[in-house]
Amino acid sequence: MTSTETHHAAGAASSTDAPAIATWLTTADHKQVGRLFIGTGLLGLLGGLVLAVLVAFERIDAEGFQLLDSGSATQVLSAARLLLTFGAVAPLVMGLAVAIVPLQLGSRSIAFPRVAAGGFWMWLTGLTLSVAAIIGNGGPSGGESEMVDLYLAASVVMVLGLAMAALSIAVTGLTSRTPGMGLLRAPFFSWSSFVGSIALLMSLPVFIGTSVYLYVDHRYARAAFGGNFGVNNWVGWAISQPFTYVLAIPVLGFVLDAVPVLGRTRLVQRPAANVAVGLVSVAIFASLTHRAVTLPWEGDGFFSGLGTKIADLLPFGLVNVIPLLGLLGVLGLTMLTLKSAKPMLAAPLPFAVLGLLMILLGAASHLLYTVEDAALGGTIFEAGSYVAVTFGTVLLAFGGLTYWGPKLWGRRIPDKAALPLALLGFVATALGSLPYMVAGFADQPAGVVDGFAYSGPQELWNVVTTGAFALMLLVSLAFVGLAVRSFTAGEPAGDDPWDGTTLEWATSSPPPADNFSDLIVVGSEYPLADIKNQGKVG
Amino acid sequence: MLTLPPAPQPAPKRQVFVGTALVSAAATMLVGGMLAIWAQFRADAPFRESPRRGPIKDWMPKDIVVPEVAANMMLIAFFVVCVMAQWAVWSAKRNDRQHAGMALGMTLLMGLATLNAQLFIWSQMGVDVRGGAFNSMFYAITGVMTFLVIAGLVYTAVATFRYLGRGNSDVPTLSAHALYWYFLTAAFTAVWFVVYVQK
Repeated sequence: MTSTETHHAAGAASSTDAPAIATWLTTADHKQVGRLFIGTGLLGLLGGLVLAVLVAFERIDAEGFQLLDSGSATQVLSAARLLLTFGAVAPLVMGLAVAIVPLQLGSRSIAFPRVAAGGFWMWLTGLTLSVAAIIGNGGPSGGESEMVDLYLAASVVMVLGLAMAALSIAVTGLTSRTPGMGLLRAPFFSWSSFVGSIALLMSLPVFIGTSVYLYVDHRYARAAFGGNFGVNNWVGWAISQPFTYVLAIPVLGFVLDAVPVLGRTRLVQRPAANVAVGLVSVAIFASLTHRAVTLPWEGDGFFSGLGTKIADLLPFGLVNVIPLLGLLGVLGLTMLTLKSAKPMLAAPLPFAVLGLLMILLGAASHLLYTVEDAALGGTIFEAGSYVAVTFGTVLLAFGGLTYWGPKLWGRRIPDKAALPLALLGFVATALGSLPYMVAGFADQPAGVVDGFAYSGPQELWNVVTTGAFALMLLVSLAFVGLAVRSFTAGEPAGDDPWDGTTLEWATSSPPPADNFSDLIVVGSEYPLADIKNQGKVG
Repeated sequence: MLTLPPAPQPAPKRQVFVGTALVSAAATMLVGGMLAIWAQFRADAPFRESPRRGPIKDWMPKDIVVPEVAANMMLIAFFVVCVMAQWAVWSAKRNDRQHAGMALGMTLLMGLATLNAQLFIWSQMGVDVRGGAFNSMFYAITGVMTFLVIAGLVYTAVATFRYLGRGNSDVPTLSAHALYWYFLTAAFTAVWFVVYVQK
């Protein structure tokens, strides 16, 4: 069998006498590539939150005191979304998947490790150039023509990098499972990472193709796509719902893996969980429509033209309702599992449950947003849904880092310090999203941060959200501090600190270069539990 | 008691082939998405009167003429590339290095022919990229297609070196390589119909 698998080279790269910086720059070890994604994702999160606080602050007194002029404010708004979506959520989730999936599958390496590593560097280069372009007044609706060109080209590079990492994860799921492990027998994080990667591979190219059109048209003709003001009309779907659910898919698997382990029980209705995760991926159809699929309900007239209504309902149901049903399924199965559980007091558990609740809040509110008769289009309600989904995904990623920290760097993040962060993060997410939803009903406009007035209590809602974003920033700073302290001087975790049931806990913490010294043949969905039981019987 | 050393990790299953299949699927979404936007713009264009065909969509500027012979030859060349790539697989499976090498060489040559045809079409059409929506979108979509073809040529070169360097053990890579050219042919067929025939 021919293969470009290069795990021996990867291992060699990390064990030679090369300077540490050279090792990090040239590594193809999936664990190191995962750490690179996660580390830069945490930095992107802090940057995005600082900008989000700034934007929320500007909205408090939209007609009076302002820190930014109107042009800069629009660019800061764009930069905040870009950093939170593609600079934080995507790399955190992708980093966890790159690092953990091969371990869960009993594989010695990720498939195409250099593609994954190249994907990281491309993503980082594209993101850096995108942010630089925005700083140079070149983001969506930016005034500097050449910077807008740079932004469009850089966003293609950034997304191509993510697609490369997704390719590695998907191929690993299909080809590198240990003997006996069917795809549906794989741990849920691996399953959801596989589903999420396929979803990204099918939707990110649409972003790339559209951006190529935008670039050529903006640079040479400005005849078709509305120039710099048209950018968000055509590719804005990638930083909005329901596409944000696609980025959250892999960490849904963290919930389904961690809750039963920490609850000392087994997940109920395992096949249903596989289906639920799959349903969320239907959100990729959002990329095909380029805009939110809305439902013109039209009050009493709904049944008057039934044929037209069915034509409206089908895409609406596909893009907005089915992913929500998938999320409800994941939550329902989690709750059913917890019902019969005796959970241990560990930080990943509240991160998992509270983060999932917030994503569900975002998805449910987005459903309401897309019903045209609710008249929420163009209001800041959409930002409320976005904050709930994005911050919820960040909470799940924090949970994943707390849960798999031992496999990522060999040490645990202390539960006592991380538990309050889960609760504070939940409060920050709720207070950052709900006021925007209320303000949306009072017609606070979206996409602007100054020069507007509306009928609602403008100062109250915007002060609350500013405080919530600042709290989320503090929570994130504290989490990064905890992670760094744990990384450098934390308590050694042991190989299996949670008494896990899946294969990542069968190797050392952190794992060696080739992950596993022995071949493990799998006989059920809980291979490590089987090994432990055999040991007891023996 | 003596124990056996641990069993080696089994080789990954058809990794290159699966990877190529996923890349082809992703690139299908890339080309498909671009064609969908193209079709939407064409559908939104108003009608104008054509002396020969009556009312037609006012999408492609009047003064642009598509060199249909070159476009058709390019399409035929793509199908020939597929035959050559599959011939390489067929020969490699039978340990026929000479024919496999020749087939890979022909694949490369015919791939270059498609590239040459594209350059010819660009130069003959003389579309001014600044001339309007059709013009900029024409270069965007044909440019992406050309990029995918260049990637295919690089793939062919790498597959050739791997096969000739490693002996007869690299059939899966040749199969994956052939799959990529099948995808390119399907993608170009769609581009050919939408851009050069339907206009």
